Amino acid sequence: MGSMCPVLDPHSIPIEKIDVSDPALFQNDSIGSFFKRLREEDPVHFCADSKIGPFWSITKFQDIVDVDSNHAAFSSDSSRGGVALEDRVRRNFIAMDPPKHDEQRKAVSPIVAPPNLRNLEGLIRERTAAVLDDLPRGVEFDWVERVSVDLTTKMLATLFDFPYEERHLLTEWSNLSVTVPVETDAEREKLLQPCYDYFGKLWAERQKQPPKNDLLSMLAHSAAARSMDAAEFNGNVLLLIVGGNDTTRNTMTASVLAMHQNPGELEKLHKNPELIPSMVSETIRWQTPLSHMRRTATADVWLRGKHIRKGDKIAMWYLSGNRDDEYIEKADEYIIDRKNVRQHLSFGFGIHRCVGNRLAELQLRILWEEILKRNITIEVMGPPVRTYSNFIHGYESLPVEVSS
Amino acid sequence: MPRVVYVQPTGTQQEVELTVGSTVMSGALTNGISGIDGDCGGQCACGTCHVYIDDEWIERIGPAGERESEMLMFAAAVQPNSRLGCQITIERDLEGLTVYLPDGQH
Repeated sequence: MGSMCPVLDPHSIPIEKIDVSDPALFQNDSIGSFFKRLREEDPVHFCADSKIGPFWSITKFQDIVDVDSNHAAFSSDSSRGGVALEDRVRRNFIAMDPPKHDEQRKAVSPIVAPPNLRNLEGLIRERTAAVLDDLPRGVEFDWVERVSVDLTTKMLATLFDFPYEERHLLTEWSNLSVTVPVETDAEREKLLQPCYDYFGKLWAERQKQPPKNDLLSMLAHSAAARSMDAAEFNGNVLLLIVGGNDTTRNTMTASVLAMHQNPGELEKLHKNPELIPSMVSETIRWQTPLSHMRRTATADVWLRGKHIRKGDKIAMWYLSGNRDDEYIEKADEYIIDRKNVRQHLSFGFGIHRCVGNRLAELQLRILWEEILKRNITIEVMGPPVRTYSNFIHGYESLPVEVSS
Repeated sequence: MPRVVYVQPTGTQQEVELTVGSTVMSGALTNGISGIDGDCGGQCACGTCHVYIDDEWIERIGPAGERESEMLMFAAAVQPNSRLGCQITIERDLEGLTVYLPDGQH
């Protein structure tokens, strides 16, 4: 895999040969220098040949906002390939255009709306506290497994009211759905069949029961969702599993890594815990847990003098836009009290903006409130292993030692 | 400079003077009024500056535009008098404009 290859210098190859969709560049963490070159020399970049075919890269902050906000010209629909550079046949509301997108999204959004979050806060805090209290002291362990995965899986089980003892299945399906390498999309769907069967059973049960406040019950009882066919139901379930899992998980890990690399910022936070919400936003920007979202042009469009043709694939590289010095001052630096800290691309913009962003922020805020309350020290013992993916920007492991 | 009144869900009122040409969103950020985030910086692309317009002002402010309505569709607790603060530009005749903040927008 990528980590075994020598790291490539982005200036050693002609610009048209640059292929930022190569997952190895993300795994060996050299991708930033490639994006920097594209932002400076060719911000709307065409790669004619890659494993996933020809595609455009949008790398500047403002261009990404413009493309993301224009759903008429830039489609998310799965019939055109969906929202990831690797074509996906899976149908769910993130991979639909209006009006269908609007109906299905509205069926899901109440669970992560403010009144429901207030109900969840106590439970999230309780579970976070228990995970932190149980951590081994003075021995090395993997933060990803013991904290990030554990907490986000527990939260997901809570949101779905999924059988709690079997919650490890959610993590397995989430991994299978996006990061585990398989040959074809069809093969992936086959491997996910047990997930679809399990949720199909739960859905049928919830439909017969009176409405409750969990995501599955809400889906089962909503008019929009009742009219979903099996493929759409399965697609939406997986979207919620992945959306509520990898992204928050990887940002939790990132928060520990960022603090380790920037001890001055950790000191700031200890001195002024009121900075936690701002630190959470900065970590979400710094990490950018989804590297890109893909669109497909519905008509010929000109962007910065480049002719994007109808049917072309376009990657909006959030990870690059969030490092754009023209929009964000000192964008490479991690500054927890920076000005306009919330103005980042990680949640996307326009009608597909992350539906669970408030929940994600809440989980991260509580994690750090509880860490500071306990005054525990988290020492990073070695480099992280990064995920081999051009979509999920995250970590497989991060060795740490905790003391208090 | 026109005075604009922001009313929190708790009933607390904050009255601030805003420059002509600024917006209900940017005015809230400049004056540290909580409940308005303006994550997209005023480009009608995030829906985090949702406000309710006081009955007396509805006619003067007018309905939401097309893109604004799309973003509002996904905001929580939307009402007929919902607007996005970034789409309301402060003009001289908005002296006394009163807007209400939704519960838990942040």
